[in-house]
Amino acid sequence: MLRRLLAIAGKEVRQLKRDRLTFGMIVGVPLLQILLFGYAIDLDVRNVSAAVADHANTSLSRQLVASTEASQVVRITRSAAGPEELEALLDAGEIDVGIYIPHDFERRVMDADRPAGQLLINGSDPTVESIARRLTQMPLPGRAQPPPLFEARTYYNPERRSPVNIVPALIGVILHLTMVLFTAIAIVRERERGNLELLITTPVTSSELMLGKIIPYVIIGLIQVTLILWVSQWLFDVPVRGHVLDLYLASAFFILAALALGLTVSTLAKTQFQAIQLTVFTFLPSILLSGFMFPFEGMPRVAQWIGEAIPLTHFVRLSRGILVRGAELGELHAEIWPMLVFFTVFMIVATLRFSKRLD
Amino acid sequence: MSDSIAIDAKGLTKRFGSLTAVDDLHLQIPEAAIYGFLGPNGSGKSTAIRMLCGLLTPTAGEVEVLGFRVKGQAEELKRHIGYMTQKFSLYEDLTVEENLRFLAAVYGLPRRDLKQRIDGALEEYWLTEQRKQFAGTMSGGQKQRLALAGATLHRPRLLILDEPTSAVDPQSRRDFWDILFALVEHGTTVLVSTHYMDEAERCHNLAILDRGRLVAEGRPRDLIRNINAGVVEIETASPRAARDCLEATDGVQSVAQLGTRLHALTDKAVEDPAGLIRRALEKAHIDSEVDSVTANLEDVFVAATRLNRHGGRETHAA
Repeated sequence: MLRRLLAIAGKEVRQLKRDRLTFGMIVGVPLLQILLFGYAIDLDVRNVSAAVADHANTSLSRQLVASTEASQVVRITRSAAGPEELEALLDAGEIDVGIYIPHDFERRVMDADRPAGQLLINGSDPTVESIARRLTQMPLPGRAQPPPLFEARTYYNPERRSPVNIVPALIGVILHLTMVLFTAIAIVRERERGNLELLITTPVTSSELMLGKIIPYVIIGLIQVTLILWVSQWLFDVPVRGHVLDLYLASAFFILAALALGLTVSTLAKTQFQAIQLTVFTFLPSILLSGFMFPFEGMPRVAQWIGEAIPLTHFVRLSRGILVRGAELGELHAEIWPMLVFFTVFMIVATLRFSKRLD
Repeated sequence: MSDSIAIDAKGLTKRFGSLTAVDDLHLQIPEAAIYGFLGPNGSGKSTAIRMLCGLLTPTAGEVEVLGFRVKGQAEELKRHIGYMTQKFSLYEDLTVEENLRFLAAVYGLPRRDLKQRIDGALEEYWLTEQRKQFAGTMSGGQKQRLALAGATLHRPRLLILDEPTSAVDPQSRRDFWDILFALVEHGTTVLVSTHYMDEAERCHNLAILDRGRLVAEGRPRDLIRNINAGVVEIETASPRAARDCLEATDGVQSVAQLGTRLHALTDKAVEDPAGLIRRALEKAHIDSEVDSVTANLEDVFVAATRLNRHGGRETHAA
């Protein structure tokens, strides 16, 4: 039993070493993703382009424009004759924010019931929209301010750096993509090349075949985790506040779940191309509903239920907990068993479906 | 050849939905001999073979192979069976030696004499020089020898070959059969499916399948001797016209063209087959030379499968 398992695992590693494309993907996918997400994506939006139509043209209004630009939220690139031109610029996509200061600006400032000016905001990009709205909270220059109701202290990521938010979840995204894809292809390839026809005439059982195929990829997945952690610490100074070992354990559970999904995909697909299509199909809901892209709390109830069934959701929570909050795995055990259930269910489905196909 | 039975099948039937791939097959296959399945594509050869070694569960009927009941003992049986698939099914991105080592581990062969056994197999199948070569880069004949080496590495008592020589040249085919005969001498039972007449002729026993039914069984020589038809050879300058004429003649089962010659099969009831043909052709004013000849295996095959097609009558020769 063990010998057959090792024979299959060993063969898989040998084939993998000779398959340069797959071997390259093991290293290439994490590196590319982390560089893309780390450098290109910054949720802390700055320098949104803006235009001003200042009809008041007083020292106070000029001061307001200057302090708006000093906040670095917007960068004023144009001045406009009036609100119509601001709208035209918005339509043309030349600016995302139009600042309109009316003639009676000074008088409006005195009146506490009326807003002093108007912002025209490009609502087609939700991120820009929410950033620009922050301008409405800006204090009037040179005016005494009432003390704020709350003093806010941001824990864990006070500088609000995007890599600290993204990288822990990105580990899961990368693992999901590569692990599901590799296993899905691994068995389909065996069938496509006719190897399966030979294997079923040997004493190899379907569970030996499944496990033997999974084992090498668990190790590869953990190597990928190491690579991601190393690069993200070196380039983006992402902290590891909890125990690294806890993260590896959490990753191992997640990898198992992803591999079981991959095996199930491989029993559904007839060709390697179909396997890739199906993998992409499973990839999208995971990314969208796991809380990686959009906050879990903001989703409708049904979407949350689906999200709870997705292993990536739980891994994102585990990984953020361990890396950013310094939590211990023991505190987060509620996130582990859904992944184990997922693994067990899909492993059974894959094994059952696989033995059925021999007939 | 010994007298004991390697495979005993009773009423073997396999249905896929509404299609009956194998219909009520009764077989007794003797040990230490080569048993051939001959039949056109889709005749149920592969399905029958797969049921006989436990890869497919029969819809009805029972099989006992090497003393194992296929129902329930299929896994134990697998250790005693070597199976060579129609398409090359070893790993093309592993070397010859790695493939054999993989199979040895999968069959749980003892580690002690593993190296010896693999060296022995490489030598026996003339693959010593290819030891480090990737299986995917080898020629058709070499691949076939590797597949056979892999299928026999665990010294199976029953070797099953599904159309083994469809991708190799005649010389390789001849070498391949020499190896098979050597295996049989050492007591292995060989089950082979084919649609090549020259291969079928080399089998000790032959079963002809047509549309899932056994239409003839016996030693090739007996099958030829007891063919249920008269065989006539016709040499003519206008074979197409002759063929059309004969196919419309009563008592003629079938006509097959071989270059400028035709082979016509006549009903067994016809007393003078050559005379019947000659008269028919003279009547149609076709110049020809007509002779009664001894049947060959192809004639047997055509006669057997034709009859089944027309009336469903079975011709159990021997």
